[in-house]
Parts: sequence; structure tokens; C-alpha cells
Amino acid sequence: MKCETVPGKKTTHHVKIYTLSTCGWCKKTKELLKGLDVAYEYVDVDTLTGNDYAEASEEVKKYNPYRTYPTIVIDHGKHVILGFKDKEIKEKLG
Amino acid sequence: MTEKQTIIDAMKRNAKDNGYYVCPDQQLFSDLIDGLAKNTARYGYGSCPCRVASGAKKYDVDIICPCEYRDADVNEHGMCYCGLFVNEKIKNNPSQMGPIPERRPQEVIDIVLTAAEKKPSASEEASNQPKPRKKTGAIRVWRCTVCGYLCAREIPPPLCPICKAKAERFEPFIIS
Repeated sequence: MKCETVPGKKTTHHVKIYTLSTCGWCKKTKELLKGLDVAYEYVDVDTLTGNDYAEASEEVKKYNPYRTYPTIVIDHGKHVILGFKDKEIKEKLG
Repeated sequence: MTEKQTIIDAMKRNAKDNGYYVCPDQQLFSDLIDGLAKNTARYGYGSCPCRVASGAKKYDVDIICPCEYRDADVNEHGMCYCGLFVNEKIKNNPSQMGPIPERRPQEVIDIVLTAAEKKPSASEEASNQPKPRKKTGAIRVWRCTVCGYLCAREIPPPLCPICKAKAERFEPFIIS
């Protein structure tokens, strides 16, 4: 499964976000992380097909049984933020 | 008229008819409409831009915008799941918009998305599975005392879609 990598100066935490290409809140999340200069990778799950989709969907389910987007996974699951909770994102990563 | 404008007009009309407002955050509104347009183009129906669709209409009908969960969500949280529809309070305080819990039952999501994972080869097989019953709250029939309009939902609509009477003019409809 291919992830897009977005560079940033803040690399203290590994940040991976599962998003939808159509979702306005996912877009807000990407913009917030970019604004905070946090390096992150993202995968737009709705654009995947076949095995890639199944793999991504299973990964999201592991962190978030409802499989809602955005799902923000910090340090490989040490901390997970569900949805555009801007205060929490800034606290953890800002 | 562009397709985007057609969707905007339809959603604004739908909001007005039902006593709601469209998303007060202009950028978010525009992004959500773009998402709806993209889903309409790729699936043939405008499923919620903030949810994963299976791509099979029979599994996605409950999340075609306006979704089945909108009324209950606007009632409880002031906004629907994606934020395209809001109540008057949120319209006047857009900063209060944020993530709300997913009302679509998890067992529905699991079945739908498991079917989606198997696509396209096993979609036929999956299509024979019944869709689980959704948790419906205490659904009652409400009657508009002004025009007689009847609707079945947990609470009366904020506005009668027919005569525009307010929620307070509705009463439970009991067949005696």
C-alpha cells in the first residue's frame, strides 16, 4: 500500500493519517499538520482498490473499529486521534 | 449550470425545506460539495463525502446524502456527520463544529466494508447477505397539526416540509 509522504521540520513523532480524498475534515487535518510543520504520511483510503484497500481498511479497523476518517495514528499506535480534534492534534504534535 | 452548482442548489433547497442550514464554514462547504460531486461521478450516487462507500448502491443507500442519520445527528449535535447540514445554533457559531460520533451502526459498517474489500470478484456472493437491521430509536409517527403532514421519525422535524409550521405544531399520531 502506497503512502504519500509530506515533509516537515517536526519529526519527533511518526505520524500516519488515514483519510478520504472526498472528506473536508480530512483536508483540514492535512492542512493543520502542514501548518504545524509536522512530517507525516497519509493514505486516501477511498482511492485504493483490491488488496491495497483491504489492507488499509484492516489497519484502520485495528486502531478504530468504526473505521472513521481521519484516523490519526501517532508513533505506530501509541496514541490515536479520531477525527479533526484540532486542540488535541496541536497538543500532541504542535 | 455546473454540476457543483446543481448540488449546491439542491442541498440549499433541501436544508431550507427541512428547517436546517448548510455548512457555515465556506471552505468546508465547498470541499464537501466537491466530495459529493466526486462520489456521484465515481459511484453514480452522492454518498457521504466523509464516509467510505462500498461502491455498491444497495449497501450505501443509508449514507446517500442527505443520509438516514442526519435528523438524529442534527437534533443531538447540531450538525450532521460531515457537517453539510446544521441547525441555527451551529450556523451562528461555526467554531462549535467538530467531529461527532458515527451513528451508523458498527455491524452495518463491518458488513458493508467487508463486501467492499472483496470487490469486484466476490461482490455477487456478498450481495446475497442480508443487510443487518439498523438500530432505530423510538420511531413514532408525527402529525403536523397545521396541514396534516405525517412523518415517521424519532422526533418531529424542525420545520414541516409542506407548510413550514414549526416542530412545536407537531403531535404524536395515534390511530385510535
